[in-house]
This record gives sequence, structure tokens and C-alpha cells, in this order.
Amino acid sequence: MRQLLNLAAALSVAGFVGAASVNDAKAAGQLTLCWAAWDPANALVELSKDFTKESGIEMKFEFVPWTSYADRFLNELNSKGKLCDLIIGDSQWIGGAAENGHYVKLNDFFAKEGISMDDFMPATVVGYSEWPKNTPNYWALPAMGDAVGWTYRKDWFARPEIQAAFKEKYNRDLAPPKTYDELKQIGEFFQGRDIDGKKVYGASIYTERGSEGITMGVTNVLYNYGFKYQNPDKPYDMEGFVNSADAVKGLEFYKDLYKCCTPPGASDSYMGEGLDAFKSGQVAIQMNFFAFWPGLYKDPNVGGDKIGFFVNPSAKEHYTQLGGQGMSVVSYSDKQEDALKYIKWFAKADVQKKWWALGGYSAAKSVLNDPSFATSAPFAKEFLVSMDMVQDFWAEPAYAELLQAMQKRVHDYVVADKGTAKEALDSLIKDWTATFKDEGKL
Amino acid sequence: MKKSSHMAVVGDRLAEATPGQMAKRLRGLSDRTIAWFFIAPTILLLLAVNVFPLLWTVYLSFTNYKANRSIPVLGVGTSHYSSILTDPDMWHSMQVTAHFVIWTIVLETLIGFTLAYLIDRKFRSHGLWTTIILIPMMLSPAVVGNFWRFLYQPQIGLFNYVISFFTGIDPSSFQMIGDVSLAPWSVVIVDVWMWTPYVMLICLAGLRSIPDYIYEAAEIDRASSWRQFWSITLPMALPFIMLAVLFRGIENFKMFDLINLLTSGGPGSTTEVASITLKREAFESWKTGYSSALAVILFVAVFGLANIYVKALNRVKQR
Amino acid sequence: MSGTAQSYSVVAPSAMSRRVAATLVILYALITMIPLVWIVLTSFKTPPDSISYPPKVVFSPSLEGYVNLFTTRTRQTPEFMATLPLATSWYDKLVRSRNMVIAGPSNVIQRFTNSIIIAFGSTFLAVFLGTLTAYAFSRFKVPLADDLLFFILSTRMMPPIAVAIPIYLMYRTVGLSDTHLGMILLYTAVNVSLAVWLLKGFIDEIPREYEEAAMIDGYTRLQAFVKVVLPQAATGIAATAIFCLIFAWNEYAFAVLLTSGEAQTMPPFIPFIIGEGGQDWPAVAAATTLFLVPILVFTVMLRKHLLRGITFGAVRK
Repeated sequence: MRQLLNLAAALSVAGFVGAASVNDAKAAGQLTLCWAAWDPANALVELSKDFTKESGIEMKFEFVPWTSYADRFLNELNSKGKLCDLIIGDSQWIGGAAENGHYVKLNDFFAKEGISMDDFMPATVVGYSEWPKNTPNYWALPAMGDAVGWTYRKDWFARPEIQAAFKEKYNRDLAPPKTYDELKQIGEFFQGRDIDGKKVYGASIYTERGSEGITMGVTNVLYNYGFKYQNPDKPYDMEGFVNSADAVKGLEFYKDLYKCCTPPGASDSYMGEGLDAFKSGQVAIQMNFFAFWPGLYKDPNVGGDKIGFFVNPSAKEHYTQLGGQGMSVVSYSDKQEDALKYIKWFAKADVQKKWWALGGYSAAKSVLNDPSFATSAPFAKEFLVSMDMVQDFWAEPAYAELLQAMQKRVHDYVVADKGTAKEALDSLIKDWTATFKDEGKL
Repeated sequence: MKKSSHMAVVGDRLAEATPGQMAKRLRGLSDRTIAWFFIAPTILLLLAVNVFPLLWTVYLSFTNYKANRSIPVLGVGTSHYSSILTDPDMWHSMQVTAHFVIWTIVLETLIGFTLAYLIDRKFRSHGLWTTIILIPMMLSPAVVGNFWRFLYQPQIGLFNYVISFFTGIDPSSFQMIGDVSLAPWSVVIVDVWMWTPYVMLICLAGLRSIPDYIYEAAEIDRASSWRQFWSITLPMALPFIMLAVLFRGIENFKMFDLINLLTSGGPGSTTEVASITLKREAFESWKTGYSSALAVILFVAVFGLANIYVKALNRVKQR
Repeated sequence: MSGTAQSYSVVAPSAMSRRVAATLVILYALITMIPLVWIVLTSFKTPPDSISYPPKVVFSPSLEGYVNLFTTRTRQTPEFMATLPLATSWYDKLVRSRNMVIAGPSNVIQRFTNSIIIAFGSTFLAVFLGTLTAYAFSRFKVPLADDLLFFILSTRMMPPIAVAIPIYLMYRTVGLSDTHLGMILLYTAVNVSLAVWLLKGFIDEIPREYEEAAMIDGYTRLQAFVKVVLPQAATGIAATAIFCLIFAWNEYAFAVLLTSGEAQTMPPFIPFIIGEGGQDWPAVAAATTLFLVPILVFTVMLRKHLLRGITFGAVRK
């Protein structure tokens, strides 16, 4: 007992000494890059070894899972923390980061180094780099192109008995859906079906409440039903655009899809849960970001020939929710020069090519417009098509508040059965109006 | 004791040679100084880390401050307070919190006391089993919330299959976390799983504190077991039970980690307890002033309730 | 002692009632252990097995969860893998069999160390300050003692999130954000209220006569405190230390808001261990298991003191 106390005391004293001493100043010739923890991040680690070889600058990485990514790094930026020299921030952070001075403006740097934004897909430039939107003010280099897409169990679709049953029921061939009505049929068809002795379900869709999940899911349907964020002629005028009759129908459709065709327990599902559901053989189709396709394709249980991909189906219109991020230099960093060196290296055409090969989604035209691109991976074509029809959520500085309001209203209606779709969208307009008034935009 | 007697002799001689007050001081630090030195660091630390932030929170609650922007700070009077107290969503959140606190306390007290009573029968190897029962409370609530989320998954988690094993219900016919009516209970179950040992421990101490001779006297008087329980066991253990209720009540009112990782407050807001609402307003919307007002309201509520409760507890103790 | 022979006795329970009690308690213990046993089992599954539908009770064990916990890996093309030198260690072989390559160690060791430093540091400080303060309140006539004691208790009533906002701002200004010292101070402040309260109960129990006798013998107050009171309070100190340690070890809310890369402890780290896209459940389970071990060992070793710790102020007389 005495020894234990002595040990504890010794540890505590050691702790004090450790704590009192200044935290290690970062070694010279070292950069820290902050991103989300997912497959492409691991690919970036691998890719960056080339940078270290060329420049001698060591790369350290801080990866945080998506569910706490915004919390953690927005916190970090707001505290003017020096953890990150480079940050691959989410597309929606651009407004806040630009206006609050978190990111270094890159226009001069791009001009000096001859990096032109014309070398990158326009959707990615607008989405990941510009603030205000559609003005030539660049705060990031488009680093990771991404959008929402769908996977399906190609092996199930290929089974003759399943094809026959589907044809009998719906009078058409079973194939990846092109419209949302078709998608719902497929969902209903597989829901509760017995395959290989197990009950399977139709679809896995985004329903997560805590960060941004259900919003990133529902927008895919809403956009295509005709939802608009605001009056194109009058900014921040939302009445009749957010809650138009079409938008209401779209929201109702998403709820129907949730109720009819998802597995039990899918009430808080985002990227990880969707992957779990698909990999464990629970669902026939899955909504998720393209970023996961390289990893899924290599999965031992559902990859290879068993998996197929299709772009977000259409309804009245054809859009898909934008994902992806741009790479920025944090303005509180002491190593901005080195950080800019990294960005210059990353923008090079051959690096972008290797980025794609390793599993990162390059946004460079040189890679995406290359004729061999469409066949370089089984989902490359779908990716190209998707990036042409992306739409993003608000990127305003107050985006977090706007997002939170939508999370609450949509989840309340779709999952918690509160109120009607029209009421949800009406309340959303009220929430958003209050936010914009606070911001002085209304 | 040679040294001390030597010191005593020296001290006495000095005491004779010097005026009164000095003599007292020369015998080592005076009691007053020691008391001051012993208490001051604690009070200072608490002032710095608890009181000062609380006062700052109160100040912020009257402003429009946002921690992520550098807009000029304006006073807004009590507008935050009035909007919180009239917001139906806030009341809903308090309702959810109350449901959680009340049911966890009731279940933990019933089960915990029963366990303590059974363990007090002192069967063989009760020490081992007591230690095993204690394990859940040694885990981190955040980690527990996270893996119970995994357990509650109807297809790949254990919970539904175990229920199905005991009751025959189809495991895919219900879901705990996603169901609006079951979600609040899913949270209660996890908290009860985790903290019943805590209540059990306190009740056990209470039971152990009842002296044997009282029971022996009752047995001599041929009091029935039922009678013994109601007139001896329960009343004498009551202060401890109330203590356990107080501790768990305060902790569960503040509960954040467990529920946030288990359900994120969902579905919708059916498990959104006050702390989660507070965290959302403070660290996601960055409405610092507004969330400060909410924090003050919550603190006043706990403080007031605890105050009343402790007075009642003291009265019970004195009986 | 016994007048009439009774079938029920509280003081000397019959064999029957003991058997019934044992059965019920053991049943409860086993049922509550099921989730935990499942988690430990999960730590030995492969990732596909951990999410198998339906769940696998029988499976072939693997150390992949532990390897994943301690390493960061990248997925490579088969061509690249062919160019690498042969894997030598068992963990390299394991990772390679999944078409991945170990890129380096993960942050878990650093997080674990942070947890140890911060939890033990704050426990030591809380118990230290708590003992001193409790002694002072117990032995001296402190002005406004009752009010001060209630004030100390009331600091425990604040929801952490409520104080988190200003503490976050305060630490940001003072530069204590994401530092070990900052977290230690914070946890100490939260724990010291409980420590004072518990320790005062213990010290109240120790008769003053012992110190007074020592002081008559020539000891100063301080010496009496160290040589007479502390040894007698050792049990209470141990019990208090356990409670403080359990809290500091497992705390999440402050840790997640106030720490980032440098001082982050395990609780904010464990629920977010990511595998290929989704959560790496075997690694999360492995981390949970490993994180439980120090606390379990500490508590088991001091379990006698734990019970005593709650009995303060109400010893069988």
C-alpha cells in the first residue's frame, strides 16, 4: 500500500514536471496537416512522403473523425491554436474562415507561383476555394473532390431469381435507378427479402443527428425535387423557395424512404454506419460519399465484382450534394512559408495524378479530363458526372447555425415524427431568418 | 522522546524569557497561520476555476457575445433569459432531463438498495462478486455511451438478440435508439447499468453502519423480519439512501457525455437533455451570450433544488 | 446472545437466506457483465467479424484490433506491396494480409500517457489540498465554516458545459488551452470539493486527543498533523483518491472542449477511432479494455478502503 502511494506520488510529481515544462516547440522543418480521419487521409500520408523527400520537411498529421471534425477544428481555429499549419477544411467553413481571418488568402501566392484556378474543375473552385462565392478571392487549393453517390450490390442484382421477381412486380428490368421513384421501388423490393438465409433491407441513407448527416442526405432529394436555398434574384429571400410545394414533396419523399426501406436502427446513420450496414450485407443500396469507394471496392466481403456504383438519381432536376475540401494555410501558423511550399507541391500535375492513383480525388482538370480517367476506376465515370451537377449547403460564416437548424427540423420530422413537412420547412425559414438577422444580412 | 523533551525544555525557557505572544509563535507556526495556509490554496483554486468563470458566465449572459467572431459586445439586458424561458424547445429539453433524472434515480435506488441488502447477508465470496458488480462504474461515460450505441444496433449489436433470447420477440422488430418512445428508456437503461453499483456502495455502507445490538435487541423482542426492516433497517439507512440520491441526482442533471455519444440527443430531440442543448448553443452555434444565460438558469435550478434537498437530508440525519 | 431461535436474523442470516442472496447477486453480476464481456470479445475480432450480421458469438480470434489501435495504416496497390521487403514481425504480416502497410504508430500511447499524467497529477493535488483543507476545518475554528463548506460543495453542482465556456475563453487568453497543467488544475478544482467533504468526515473521526498529546509532548501543530493524523487518515485518503482518480481518468466534457493535439486524454480519443471509413470496432474495444485495466487494478488493490471511504462519519460504534 505504501509502495503504491509512493508510486502514485512519483507519477504525479513526474506529471507536474512534465506539465510545467513548456510543451515541445515543434521541430524546425516540420509541418502539421489537419484533416478528417478517413481513407483519403491515409492516402495523403503516403503521398506526402514524396514531399518530404523533395523538401526535407517532415509531415505530421492530425486526423479527426468526421463526427467531431467540425467541432474540433473550428474550436481550434477559434482559439487561434497553433496545432495546424495546413488544414483541409470542409467546404462550408470557407465563409467563416475567410471573414474571421483563419485562413491565409492565397491570391498573391497563386499569382507568384503560377498556379491558376483554371487548372481545377470550376465546381471545386467555387465550392472549396472562393469566398465570397463567384468572386476571384481564393482561400484554399481544391484538394479533394467529392460528392454524394450510391453503391449497390451488383451480385444481388445479377441473380436470376431476383431479376425475375423484380420484373414481375414492376414490369421493368432490375437496374441501378435513374430516378428517385425507381430507387424507392428498389428499396421496397429488397426490404425484408430473404437472401442467403438472412433478412436484408433496402437502403442505407443519411439520418445522423449530431453533426451534419441528415442534412447531407436530405439535400440530395430536396435539390432534385426543386428546393432552393434562396431567391436567385434576391439573396436571403427564402419564402417560397425553401418551403415551396415541391420542396415539401421532396422532404416527404425522404421520410417515406426512411420509413419504408431502411433497416431497423438506422435513425442516426452517417458515413460510418452506412459503410457498416453495406459491408455487413444488410442493405442492397447505400448512399455515401465517393471518398469511400476505393476502400469499399477492395473490401473482402462486398467489394470487387459484388459492388456497383450509380450517381444520385434525378427527379424534376438533377443535382447531387457537394462534398470535398480545399487545402488552406492557417493564419496562426508560424510556418506559413513551409506550408505554402506544400501547397505548391500539391498543385503540381504529376502529384495530382499520383493523388488519384492512391485513392484521393484530385480536383485538377489535368487528371479528370484525361481520356484514361473514366476507365481508371469502376466509379470514375460516375464521379465525373457527379462533379458536373453538384450543389452545396450555405457556406456563410454562420453556416454552423444554419446547419444546426436544418439538422433539428429535418430530424424532428423525418425520424422523430414531429409535425408535417411543411411545418418543418416553415420553421426552418424562421430559424434561418433569425440567424441572418443576427448576422446583419437581413 | 529525547529530542522533543529537549525542545520542550528549550521552548519553556524561551517562553519564560519572552513576552506572551512571541512565546506562542516560537512554538511553531500558530494555529491561525496554519489554518490560513491550509485553506487558502483550496479556496483560491475554487475561486479561480469555479467562481470566476461562473461570474463571467453571468456577465456574458447579459451580452450578445459570440466567441467565434470579433463583433462589438453589446449589452442585451435580460432578453436571453426571457427568450429561453419562453422557448418551448427549452422546456422540452428540461422535461427530457427531468424524465432522465427521475427514472434513473428511482431504478438505481431500488436495484442498488436491494443489491446492498442482499450483499449484506454476507454469503461466501460476496467480496468477489461485489467487486465485479463495481466494474461498470469504472468506465468512462463517453466510452460507455459509444459502445452501448454499438450494442443497441438491431442487426449487428447484442442487445436485441439478448432480449430476443429471453422473450422470444424478433430482434429486428424493434429498435431502442431510433424509436421515439423507446429512446428515452434506452438512455435510462445504460445509466442504470453504469451507476447502480455506485448507489449500491453507498447503501451498503449505510447498512453496515447499523450496529448489531439493535437487531439483537429486536430479535430478543421477537420482532418479525418485516418489522425489523421497516423500523430499523430502512430508517437507519435512509440518510445514506438520500445521500446516494443527492449525488446521482446532481450528476445526472449535468449528464452530457453518455447521452451525447449514445443518441446525440436524438431521435429529433427526444433525448436532448439540458447539457446537450447547452453544448449545441455554446459550441456549435457559438451563441455564447445566449448559452451563458441557459447555463446560469441550469445552475440556479440545481443549486436551488440541492439546497432544499440538503436541508431535508440534514433533518433526516438528526433524527 | 440469541434468545429465541429465529429462521430470519439480520445479524446471523440463515444458510437459506444466504443462498438466495448469493443467487440473486451473482445473477445480477453476470447479467451486467455481459455487455463488458462482449466488448472484450470484440477486441479480439477482425473488423468484418465485429460488424457481422447477425453478431458472431463464435469466431476466430485475431489481434487485429490491438494492432490497429497502435498503428496507422495506409492501403496500397498490390503492385506497390510487391515491391516492399518481406514482412518480418507478426503485426506487419497481419496488416499486410489486409493489403495495407503500417505507416507509423498511432497517437494512442501519447493519449494514454496524457491520461496518466493528468489523472494522477490532479488526483494527487486534489487529495493533497483536500487533506489540508479538511484538517483545518475539522480542527480549527474557521470563521464562516459552514458557509465555506457549503460553497465548496456547491462548486460540484455546476454542469461542466456551463463553466466550460468561460474556462475555454479564460484558458485561451492565459495560454493554458490544450496543456497538461491547465487540465490538471481544472480536474483538481472539480475534485477538491469532493475530497474536502470526504476527508473532513474521516478526520472528524480521529480523536483530537492524539494530536493534543503529541503537542504536549513538544510537537508543533504541523508535526502532529504529519506524524499523528495523516497515518490514521490513510484509509480515508486512499478512498478519496480512488474516487478522484475515477473521475479524472474518465472525464470527457472538459477534455473534448479544452484539449486538442497536445494534451488530449483517452476518453475523447476512444469513441472516435476510425478504421476504413467506419468505426474500427475491434480497435475501439481494444482501447476500452486497455483503458479499464489501470483503474481496475488500482480499485481492486484498494477495495477495502473503498467501502470504508463511504462509511465515514457512521462507523459502527
